[in-house]
Amino acid sequence: MLAAVGADEVTELFDIPESVAFDGEFGIDARTEQRAERHVRDLLARNDDLTEFLGRGHYDHYVPSLVDHISQRSEFLTSYTQYQPEITQGFLQALFEYQSMLVELTGLGVVNASMYDHATALAEAALLAARVRSTDGDRVLVPDYLLDARRDVLENYTDGAGLSVETYATDDGNVDPETLADAIDDDAVLVYAENPTTLGTVEEHLGAVSDLAADHGALFCLGSDPVALSVLQEPESVGADVVVGDAATLGLPTAYGMGLGLFACHEEFVRQVPGRLVGASEDDADRRAYTLTLQTREQHIRRERATSNICTNQAWVALRTAIHAAYLGPGGLVDLANDCVRLASDLADRLDAVTGVRAPVHDRHHFREFVARTDRPAPAIARDLETEGFAVHAVGDHELQVCVTDANRHAADDLVAAVEEVA
Amino acid sequence: MRYDQARWTHDAASDDADASEDAGETDHAHADETGDDQYEPLLAEKNSEEVAVESPLPDELTRDSVELPDLSEPELARHYTRLSQMNYGVDSGPYPLGSCTMKYNPKFTEDVAALGDAAVHPDRSDRSVQGSLGLLHGLQDYLARIGGMDAVSLQPPAGAAGEFTGILVAKAYHEQHGEGEQRDEIIVPDSAHGTNFASAALGGYDVVELPSGEDGRVDLEALEAAASDRTALFMLTNPNTLGLFERDIEAIAEIIHDAGGLLYYDGANLNALLGRARPGDMGFDIMHYNVHKTFATPHGGGGPGAGPVGVTDRLAEFLPAPRVREVGRSEGEGQGTDGVYELFDPEHTVGKVHGFEGNWLVLVKTYAYIARLGDEGLADASAKAVLNANYLAEQVDYEIPFGPFHHEFVASAGDQDAADVAKRMLDYGVHPPTTKWPEIVPEALMTEPTEIENKATLDQLAEAFDAVAADDDETLADAPHTTTARRIDQTSAARDLRLSWQALDGE
Repeated sequence: MLAAVGADEVTELFDIPESVAFDGEFGIDARTEQRAERHVRDLLARNDDLTEFLGRGHYDHYVPSLVDHISQRSEFLTSYTQYQPEITQGFLQALFEYQSMLVELTGLGVVNASMYDHATALAEAALLAARVRSTDGDRVLVPDYLLDARRDVLENYTDGAGLSVETYATDDGNVDPETLADAIDDDAVLVYAENPTTLGTVEEHLGAVSDLAADHGALFCLGSDPVALSVLQEPESVGADVVVGDAATLGLPTAYGMGLGLFACHEEFVRQVPGRLVGASEDDADRRAYTLTLQTREQHIRRERATSNICTNQAWVALRTAIHAAYLGPGGLVDLANDCVRLASDLADRLDAVTGVRAPVHDRHHFREFVARTDRPAPAIARDLETEGFAVHAVGDHELQVCVTDANRHAADDLVAAVEEVA
Repeated sequence: MRYDQARWTHDAASDDADASEDAGETDHAHADETGDDQYEPLLAEKNSEEVAVESPLPDELTRDSVELPDLSEPELARHYTRLSQMNYGVDSGPYPLGSCTMKYNPKFTEDVAALGDAAVHPDRSDRSVQGSLGLLHGLQDYLARIGGMDAVSLQPPAGAAGEFTGILVAKAYHEQHGEGEQRDEIIVPDSAHGTNFASAALGGYDVVELPSGEDGRVDLEALEAAASDRTALFMLTNPNTLGLFERDIEAIAEIIHDAGGLLYYDGANLNALLGRARPGDMGFDIMHYNVHKTFATPHGGGGPGAGPVGVTDRLAEFLPAPRVREVGRSEGEGQGTDGVYELFDPEHTVGKVHGFEGNWLVLVKTYAYIARLGDEGLADASAKAVLNANYLAEQVDYEIPFGPFHHEFVASAGDQDAADVAKRMLDYGVHPPTTKWPEIVPEALMTEPTEIENKATLDQLAEAFDAVAADDDETLADAPHTTTARRIDQTSAARDLRLSWQALDGE
């Protein structure tokens, strides 16, 4: 091959000036596959084996084996964006099916495939709202329970567009419509609320939020996830204009915060949607076929006037989410969601019976998780629980947050026993 | 080599016959309800059920019902296996998409990412996840060495997110120097990736497009004219999208730095330089790494990737929060000591660009790949990537106007339509190159074979190029034939939007 290109050595092919050429070493030892595998395994084995009762935006549900086996098929895993749809119908159809299942769960007509995570999807929702706004405003209203990290991402993404992120107070883990009415004005472009909230509470005033947003020409963005959406009020029916969230609550196990940004909105905003959209069309054999569509919104065509800078996204996670949702089916999904209601309620009751603990703090219905008040300082309790083999959140000086799902329910008795010891 | 892709078809006409045969079976909806000829039917067309929602929650807080596909596990396994057979990946055959670096993805990296020890929650205490923090610290270190950078953030979840992070860092730096308002422009070469322009706009900057010089590289005079006290950042990829090394990189850095701006390295083409040159040594202040390109984490049909950002010392204090640092050593279980790690927030951090710490599973695979290859393997990757591109170019009949190129080249389809050339290449059993971009080459065929191809597959690629070059326009316009779907009508997809199976009703 060298002869074919007229070179004696491969180094001749590099057109790099001497002054910037690298002749040093990185000092990284090469390893056999066996040694590299062992090295990473040993490294990760330093993680303590704790049973996690953690949530607050990142959730664990059992992921069926089918999801791993199918998503690992290399025709899926080793392909790239479907720039040549004729040879990538399989992935396109899987993404079309993902979009369709989320259309059902949100009631909104457009779902993209996909955003990075909940936080960046929320940020993109605010930017979409600014582009389609009917008023001249620049305010994005978010609830006081919004995770700091999500707010931070939102501020970073919207600063360039001149938006300002402002917090409205909530009451006992829910929107207080009167407080929101005082906070909102015609300068608002987006009002955000969650259901369930980061605190685990089920929101009871979605209709009022929607009405207030509509009265002031703002969009209503709802944060949720596919498991919760299968039982909680349908976003479209309560007037949500955009739904964002982490769709990887189905499809990925706990993954140190890696997610799948869900983004759904009304059809009227379709030309302002960020990211990839898969649509149906026909091929020359007159059969239905799928393809990326409305690509003129995207950065590779529209450049600085694109609806977003996103290119690489979370497509493979969307595939996993779709397989998981299809595996559960409607009955299985509703059962899982109902478990999330019952398990949280039961565990809160049992912790409430422990001396020195009151749970839940919020007099609301809960989904997966809840806040508990403790007499002892919460960080000390969390530390002691860690010694006992459990991880929970300390969210305040005397507040713990506990998340329970199908994935850790088997250890709920042991957690209660441990809390009795240390609380 | 020829390739006939799997094609499952489900045509309405043949369905009628199926339906009458299955007359006794009424609980499954059939695809012919939509009257469509199609390939594998949609999940919902196979069987869909609506269930009433009964919940421990009060009725007013729940939805009434939910309708979704309802299929057995064997039915699903078959559905998705068929879909996979109607999809083409790197493991299927050559995939020389320019600028995408479609490498082989070593399987053992999937195994380590799937380890139970990797499945931890981001809100765990530092002391209980020393393994994860150790890996992240190790990866920060590896990437810093490879890029010649002083500090690295692993948080950005993709290359474009890395660009945006770099822009936030630059903005914070200029603000600290009292020039935040004044420096409102980002310079981007006309041949740059579309994300560069879009990321700059997302950051609120005016984009100054820099025309390429006649040799396809940065025109120093044009850059001199563009750079000013309004310049916040100049974004550049090197080798550029034509595969050309920006030989004047030191002069470029000087022009930008003299103007008070910062120099950003788009890491999309780093594969060409592994072990040969480092952005930090060339004068770049900020860079991102596309780990799904350079470090072989799978592209997954469009993601997830990861876009870590490296910076020089003076910018480290602005990186996203948190990063990982080593704060001591403890007695290890084997010989020697283990590091003790903690998360920390850089002093003047720009904050968060992802809700947690980014695409963790991708970062595990990245670490494993680098730990496997080491110095020797990384340098070997760039050598073979550049040799392969040059060898392939030598065999291809299409004209390649610019050189000398490195890991990729951009050929011109000349009088042919590059998009049609790509469709026809599918019939010759390979994935085609990136087409119609960069626009400086008419009817561009941007080709990056990567280091993984051997002479036989490069020859196969060359044969595909040359066969298409000899085909007439009519043949090109009629392609492809051997793929699952024939040529797909893009206009119809955009004009008559159908973005879900719900939208197909009444079709």
